Amino acid sequence: MIKRKLVGAHYGFGDWLLQRGTALVMALYATLILVIMAIVQPSTYLEWRGIFDNRIMAFLTFIYLVALFWHAWIGVRDIWLDYVKNTGVRLLLLLATLAVTIGYTGWAVQILWRV
Amino acid sequence: MTNRTLQFKIYRYDPDRDDAPRMQDYSVEVNPVTDRKLLDVLVKLKAQDDSLSFRRSCREGICGSDAMNINGKNGLACLTEVSTLKSPVVLRPLPGLPVIRDLIVDMTQFFKQYHSIKPYLINDTPPPERERLQSPEDREELNGLYECILCACCSTSCPSFWWNPDRFVGPAGLLNAYRFIADTRDEATSERLDDLNDPYRLFRCHTIMNCVDVCPKGLNPTLAIGKIKEMMVRRAV
Repeated sequence: MIKRKLVGAHYGFGDWLLQRGTALVMALYATLILVIMAIVQPSTYLEWRGIFDNRIMAFLTFIYLVALFWHAWIGVRDIWLDYVKNTGVRLLLLLATLAVTIGYTGWAVQILWRV
Repeated sequence: MTNRTLQFKIYRYDPDRDDAPRMQDYSVEVNPVTDRKLLDVLVKLKAQDDSLSFRRSCREGICGSDAMNINGKNGLACLTEVSTLKSPVVLRPLPGLPVIRDLIVDMTQFFKQYHSIKPYLINDTPPPERERLQSPEDREELNGLYECILCACCSTSCPSFWWNPDRFVGPAGLLNAYRFIADTRDEATSERLDDLNDPYRLFRCHTIMNCVDVCPKGLNPTLAIGKIKEMMVRRAV
């Protein structure tokens, strides 16, 4: 195969914007959870569970976790793009990162909506 | 004013003769009246040891030839005040580029990236009889961009450029890309933005801002890169 430098993948901007958007979501959620914790001041596990048993809270927590995993996926992908030169190794690492972040999202659903 | 003796540690390497680079010590009498800039002292050193190699031309910060790493920070020898330098003065070639000899580096990769952004006006409409005019406000936007002398101080201080010099355009190239994106006489704005929408070409910039720190002309490539991203946002949403 000819060794030519390849550029022009036509993506990157969307991810850059999403990384900023997800950061904003996380900042808002972090503020909200601090306020709630200050008000409720849960001292037992049941009180703690109570906060997240609230449907709206479960929904917001899920949005936060999706933002977190999406943000992490873009950030970790950037690290691989910066430092890993071998295309095969990079692809493998990208797939592994994607698998882990998708898996975590599924796990988050299971935790938030379990009976 | 009295003369003072300045110690130097200078990177020496001739790939044809040396197995490995070495740091050579020099000592030079500096006259505070005639030896104002580091380049003046380097010219004096060159008279002492004519095997010492460095690039120089205009000696007034316009040609960008004498960019080098001075006491750990990239800069132009001709704009660096000798009186501000701590002894021993450690001089190395610009980091990250192949060394041709001593303080002279191979700038091919740097200029390849510069050429890749098409650093010229693209306008297919027939030119008017006299010239393409701009309003003073439109012209204002080019200030802080057109002054770039392509000395490579910024790009060679950028870690993202060190890791991916073949794919990341680098701060100098991106500042110049914005110079043409911002030019109201240029008609290829959308193509230019398309070309930069690439995980490597533009988005290896992680706003480390070494480029802003070292630019001998006081320019701000990070700001220009931010404006490119802002234009992409305005185009997309």
